[in-house]
Amino acid sequence: MSEARAQEADTPAIVIDKVTKHYGPHRALDDVELSVAKGEVVVIIGPSGSGKSTLCRTINRLETVDSGRILVNGQPLPAEGRELAQLRASVGMVFQSFNLFAHRTVLENVTLGPMRVRGLSAKAARRRALELLERVGVHEHAYKMPAQLSGGQQQRVAIARALAMDPEVMLFDEPTSALDPEMVSDVLDVMRALAEGGMTMVVVTHEMGFARSAADRVVFMDGGRIVEQAEPEAFFAAPKSERARDFLAKVLQH
Amino acid sequence: MNVFLDNIGVFRDGVLVTLALAAASTAVALPLGVLLAVMRVSPVEGFRTVGTVYVGIVRNIPLTVVFFFSAFVLPQLGVRFSYFGFAVIALVAYYASFFCEAVRSGINAVPVGQAEAARSIGLPFHECLRFVILPQALRSSIPPMVNVMIALVKNTAVASAFGVTESLGTMELLANRESTAVLSVLIATGLVYLAITIPLGLLTTHIERKVAFSR
Ligand SMILES: Nc1ncnc2c1ncn2[C@@H]1O[C@H](COP(=O)(O)OP(=O)(O)OP(=O)(O)O)[C@@H](O)[C@H]1O
Ligand SMILES: [Mg+2]
Repeated sequence: MSEARAQEADTPAIVIDKVTKHYGPHRALDDVELSVAKGEVVVIIGPSGSGKSTLCRTINRLETVDSGRILVNGQPLPAEGRELAQLRASVGMVFQSFNLFAHRTVLENVTLGPMRVRGLSAKAARRRALELLERVGVHEHAYKMPAQLSGGQQQRVAIARALAMDPEVMLFDEPTSALDPEMVSDVLDVMRALAEGGMTMVVVTHEMGFARSAADRVVFMDGGRIVEQAEPEAFFAAPKSERARDFLAKVLQH
Repeated sequence: MNVFLDNIGVFRDGVLVTLALAAASTAVALPLGVLLAVMRVSPVEGFRTVGTVYVGIVRNIPLTVVFFFSAFVLPQLGVRFSYFGFAVIALVAYYASFFCEAVRSGINAVPVGQAEAARSIGLPFHECLRFVILPQALRSSIPPMVNVMIALVKNTAVASAFGVTESLGTMELLANRESTAVLSVLIATGLVYLAITIPLGLLTTHIERKVAFSR
């Protein structure tokens, strides 16, 4: 491996450097530092309102920050415009509420980005979309409208839509929180497979089972700060901070 | 009803002018309204300001005043048109702002997650609008847009005061000529407007059903 390529491989996928963000007077992110290596799976947990979603959304600049820097693959996030759009294309995002384009079929949801942003032909985009839909197990619904699918199916389509852009990083903001319990595992299975395939992932979730089994690192947030982070075994066996202990006691109770 | 049958040709001419006014004005005002709505949600502050100021002014003055501007101020500036042309300009200037607000209400009704999803797959702003927001917004603005069209059809009547002999102008003409049958002339004219506006209203339901999608 040449030196340049070695360095390339060493560049973290995401660097969050002293990031602070306010909503009005409220400090949603307070001097947050986080670095995610290529291929790493980071799970963010923490109580409601601790800033998990906000942090996740700053990574593709759906939220702007007040101060600090965010680098994706070593590049600072550009300001709004063409360049930012290009960067967003390589950062997949999966939302709690799926957000499938309601007026387009499942297949069209997946082909839109590749055709408009990546310049794929309709045929190539379609072939790839069907492949991805098969991979997440919803290919038989390709020609339906999103509203005709269950939540779990919609979320898997949303994952396929993000994957169709060949992203280098995938962000998940509580991808299973809006799902009926019996659908949760279908979505988590897809995510686990992605993680095993080497995808760089940042996952906000309350699914502690997923955090245990799929995360390389667990990040615990509270009050807009990262309070502690550790490998899952270490974190779940013996959280260092009292706040993390309280939080775990609450979520693991039921 | 003899007056009506005797003057059917005159009525027809009036109706045709009303229809032409309405069609020409809608054909320009609707796209212009969409453009204004896009300006009002644009990330470029200059566009937003222009859109907001324009709509804020035009929507809040009487249509007749807009007609006066078009019919008396434009000619002084050297613009030469027929009465019909000035009437279309006035109607377009006025109703573009109403179409804008109809479309904007549609844009606001699109859940914010749709735009976020569109941005996060890398669509630039104009493509988010074109492929994700507007197709959904326009469908839900069909009922308010038809309401604007109905108002526009009715208010083409203002043009009669500015030299365009459309349905209302025709009515005045006939009412003077056939002074014994004013009531019939009035009723016939009312029916003429109803014959245009009621089908428009019915069309809404039909179009809405055709383009419906659920969330
Ligand atoms: N658009 C907004 N405007 C104002 N305040 C906001 C906005 N979004 C988030 N906040 C506030 O910022 C804080 C962090 O919110 P965030 O959504 O990041 O929390 P979270 O950790 O994702 O919580 P949850 O588990 O409930 O999703 C909260 O106090 C929230 O009320
Ligand atoms: Mg959240």
